[in-house]
Amino acid sequence: MRGLFSGQGRWSPGIVLGSAILLFFGLMALLSTLLAPYDPTRIPERLQGFSLLPPRGDHWFGTDLLGRDLLSRVLYGARISLLVGIVVELVVTPIGVTIGLFAGYFGGSMDGVLMRTTDAVMAFPGLVLAIALTAVLEQPGLLSVIIVLTAVRWTSVARLVRGQVLSLREAEHIAAIVALGAGKGRIIFRHLLPNCLAPILVAMTFGVASNILAEAGLGFLGLGIQPPMVSWGSLLAEGVVYLTAKPWLCVFPGLAITCTVLGFHVLGDGLRDVLDPRLRS
Amino acid sequence: MEPLLVVKDLKKYFPVKKGLWFGERADVRAVDGVSFAIGRGETLGLVGESGCGKSTTARLVLRLLEPTAGEVHFGKTPVFKANRKEMHQLRRKMQIVFQDPYSSLDPRMSVKEIVGEGLVIHRLARGKEKTDRVAELLEMVGLGREHMGRYPHEFSGGQRQRIGIARALAVGPELLIADEPVSALDVSIQAQVINLFEDLQRQLGLTYLFIAHDLRVVKHISDRVAVMYLGQIVELAESDELYRNPLHPYTQALLSAIPVTDPKTKRQRIILEGDPPSPIQVPAGCRFHPRCPKRFDPCDTEAPVLREVSPGHWVSCHLY
Repeated sequence: MRGLFSGQGRWSPGIVLGSAILLFFGLMALLSTLLAPYDPTRIPERLQGFSLLPPRGDHWFGTDLLGRDLLSRVLYGARISLLVGIVVELVVTPIGVTIGLFAGYFGGSMDGVLMRTTDAVMAFPGLVLAIALTAVLEQPGLLSVIIVLTAVRWTSVARLVRGQVLSLREAEHIAAIVALGAGKGRIIFRHLLPNCLAPILVAMTFGVASNILAEAGLGFLGLGIQPPMVSWGSLLAEGVVYLTAKPWLCVFPGLAITCTVLGFHVLGDGLRDVLDPRLRS
Repeated sequence: MEPLLVVKDLKKYFPVKKGLWFGERADVRAVDGVSFAIGRGETLGLVGESGCGKSTTARLVLRLLEPTAGEVHFGKTPVFKANRKEMHQLRRKMQIVFQDPYSSLDPRMSVKEIVGEGLVIHRLARGKEKTDRVAELLEMVGLGREHMGRYPHEFSGGQRQRIGIARALAVGPELLIADEPVSALDVSIQAQVINLFEDLQRQLGLTYLFIAHDLRVVKHISDRVAVMYLGQIVELAESDELYRNPLHPYTQALLSAIPVTDPKTKRQRIILEGDPPSPIQVPAGCRFHPRCPKRFDPCDTEAPVLREVSPGHWVSCHLY
């Protein structure tokens, strides 16, 4: 990370705004047990008068078919959605970075094999692959969601890093290091990798956003986490049946997804601006 | 004089695909049979227009590229036959300063790390010793200890070139290849950097392969000058001799392009027709013949060879 954050212009509006949004949702997820006004799985003994309530004083976001408080469910859903988004990205990034570094640096047949595999995974519709994998894994749940998303989401990082390495390999400062007699390990890890860190970091923020969306997609199809766990995606899936009659069932989890994804994107944009060393004054 | 560097019939072809689909394979003949020698402590200038193979030659000599054919000897060591360990030792003795002061320094490393990298790689110094050595190198190139903690983007082009020079000198090289080290700099800064090269040569007894496309720069610093055209050396002579008595029509044209400082001096500017041919489709016979104002009968069929026409003056042209 040497020099990554050195210099001025450390704080751009994007970073502040993005961090603020994410802090808000992060706290929501962490403190959901304290903040939630009700138990998100509690079904009232008598459904009549509690089912599908519109937003009102004692149920800010309304209730679902089984009379469960939607605000509490959205708060608890934040935990799973953010957890999946971040964990998948943390697993996927080192895989993609390693593949990209090797493909870009060694080139030739190594590059051919690695990148054709990447292309194949990329070209295959992600959702179809996810459905197929879920079927193979039999038991849908938190772990299967993470495994499935990991299997399809490493490709973009690999491509990004390979591209970076290819252009860096032509850079004179890398040639200078080769001319000085540096070994492969030193070139890759001390010179190529640090120069890829900024774009990787930016890609990670966008990646988390995509993972959250992908999890929501799986949840929406019923292939995501299973009840009694809730995620924003599974809330959407439950609510979509009543989309025209009781729109709040989809609007609130949808808003949560939109705002979080937006937060990550704004943060990513801000990081991109700040991490470019040429922009440092 | 015992030569420090001998380059013999060096060739580098880059394969390319011609055509869109079932392209036959073709070669870009970036360097096509280059030979020269540099004596210890000497400066050999290498000039030619962009794309003539100057930089490829430099990278081949340093073995940053593997050649298609040919040999390079550094002292008694054949560079392309050196094993890993020998190569590692050789790398200390041959260093390079690059053209672009912006892409030649890692933007994420401090000056101390950049200049000290060679010391670390070759385990020459570490800790306080490394810091002192880096400071010493920076002072040698006209910078100071206070610059160590800064990053490349905080420096001007000229200062960055000095950092690049310090990095190259850190490992104590005997041969320094300067690949157009001043082309990207303002004229006023060019002179300073060239003076630095000359001072360093005197102090450290360095040998230079000095590449440029600007003849004035090369004339000033070089003992001998080689002129390259399309992957080959067309003329090689002592610096003064080459400028007083250019033989090859290409050299004559190049020299006529140097701006004259005295506005009263009249000079004959030789304008070459056309662009340099593609190094994929090299003209038959003399490579220069399609643009040569003096071409005659054998030029388009028979390739001339580099011959010594007067002591130390080599030219590859049918006129002589």
